[in-house]
Amino acid sequence: MCGIVGLFLKDQGLHANLGYFLTSMLITMTERGPDSAGIAIYDSNTSAEAKITIQSEHPESDFEIIGSQLAAIIDTPVGVVVRDTHAVLGLDMDKLDQARQAIGKLCPNIRVMSVGEKIEIYKEVGLPKNVTDRFSVSTMSGTHGIGHTRMATESAVTTMGAHPFSTGMDQCLVHNGSLSNHNSLRRKLRRAGVVIETENDTEVGAAYLSYKMQQGSTLQEALQSSLSDLDGFFTFLVGTKEGFGVVRDPIACKPAIMAETDQYVAFGSEYRALVDLPNIETAKVWEPEPATVYFWKH
Amino acid sequence: MQKIDLENKSLRELNAELQAQNSSTTQKVWEVINPKGGHAIAAGLNAPIDVTVKGSTGYYLAGMNQLATVRVEGSVGPGVAENMMSGCVIVGGDASQYAGATGNGGLLVVKGNASSRCGISMKGIDIVVFGNIGHMSAFMGQSGNLVVCGNAGDALGDSLYEAKIFVRGSVKSLGADCVEKEMRTEHLKLLEELLKKSGSDAKPEEFRRYGSARKLYNFNIDNAY
Repeated sequence: MCGIVGLFLKDQGLHANLGYFLTSMLITMTERGPDSAGIAIYDSNTSAEAKITIQSEHPESDFEIIGSQLAAIIDTPVGVVVRDTHAVLGLDMDKLDQARQAIGKLCPNIRVMSVGEKIEIYKEVGLPKNVTDRFSVSTMSGTHGIGHTRMATESAVTTMGAHPFSTGMDQCLVHNGSLSNHNSLRRKLRRAGVVIETENDTEVGAAYLSYKMQQGSTLQEALQSSLSDLDGFFTFLVGTKEGFGVVRDPIACKPAIMAETDQYVAFGSEYRALVDLPNIETAKVWEPEPATVYFWKH
Repeated sequence: MQKIDLENKSLRELNAELQAQNSSTTQKVWEVINPKGGHAIAAGLNAPIDVTVKGSTGYYLAGMNQLATVRVEGSVGPGVAENMMSGCVIVGGDASQYAGATGNGGLLVVKGNASSRCGISMKGIDIVVFGNIGHMSAFMGQSGNLVVCGNAGDALGDSLYEAKIFVRGSVKSLGADCVEKEMRTEHLKLLEELLKKSGSDAKPEEFRRYGSARKLYNFNIDNAY
């Protein structure tokens, strides 16, 4: 099963409520995915040029090391905002590569969840309510965000198996469905030099889209070509710095519903995920067509 | 009129009350408010009652319906009126995938659009959609009638048995063994009755009829890989 949600805010007045809305949408989707939950949120209010979201099994000691030593190693100030098992590091864009290498040396067990100008990813094992509480998602603000509640089929219930998956700067993917050619595609992508960390099918989907974009495709083109290169069931919701995109496989058995008003564009696996959004009664509500790419950007 | 607010009552309480009605009930008219996209609302009814749901619902509205009339002032999720036996389900808005799937009888009216697999494996139900329907509709339909006042998506009537399909607009593509058939007087009459019953003002003459070519009924070596 799995539940996916997304919210793209057109009305700046709602930016402060993004996390609140996403939390409510995600908790409503608990029955579709009680194993784990995660969100990617795009926040424009950070002062740093770039952000790295990291995760650790031992956040207290690891984040202490990062906070006290990383800045000296890469010779630039690093902001550290800790939220439970995750921390967001704020730094200069040209220090990103150096920082990633230094993090790997300082704390080899730290996982990098996302890297980009705006993206932050938070995901953990547990009920959506517990996960969103741990990270205080309801207090977060931003321009757009996507979320996922997982009922695992293709790989183990672990933090790294939770969605969203990010395989490129400011890019991420959540997925409802299952890919059947992920093993062969993973081998092909790895041969092409793409880093894929888990045995999860969705990560291969995310890596595929990032690879296509590195090769010069637009997100629109990458999603279009996924329809012929990916085998299996999928409703994808893809986040980028500017907005989000939706595509469903041609059979389209995985549910999807969208709503649009002057204030927002919302996505849900089910309508009930959207019922608490403002003025949903008068929103334009529709089911995205199969094998059709939709995209909204700021 | 009995009014039930799903803000204050659980789905189980609602359905238990509705399912407890029988043919001699004096509580004939019911209204359900605040459905908020909930699942299986008014499923499993078996009495000639009239239920109106004020708002959009989730999966399996009025599933397995017998005798009851269920109206929705909104849109419905997947599997509306799934396996309906008799009675009537009227959706004011759109219906998601597999509307009326495996239905044995009764009438399902969708005043908006229905998405993919509408009437899949239908077994006697009548379905009238005022708008368009999605791909793979009436797949393996065995009997009953599917009437589409708008357009039909890909692979209409794939592997069809004896369900009849009437489409007023375009058909994106026909599925395996589904062909256009002659519209005879008896079909026009049937269509007129169905359109009238469902409250559509479309004219029977504007429709085309599709049905099974009956080429898949028996094993044919040319169909083997």
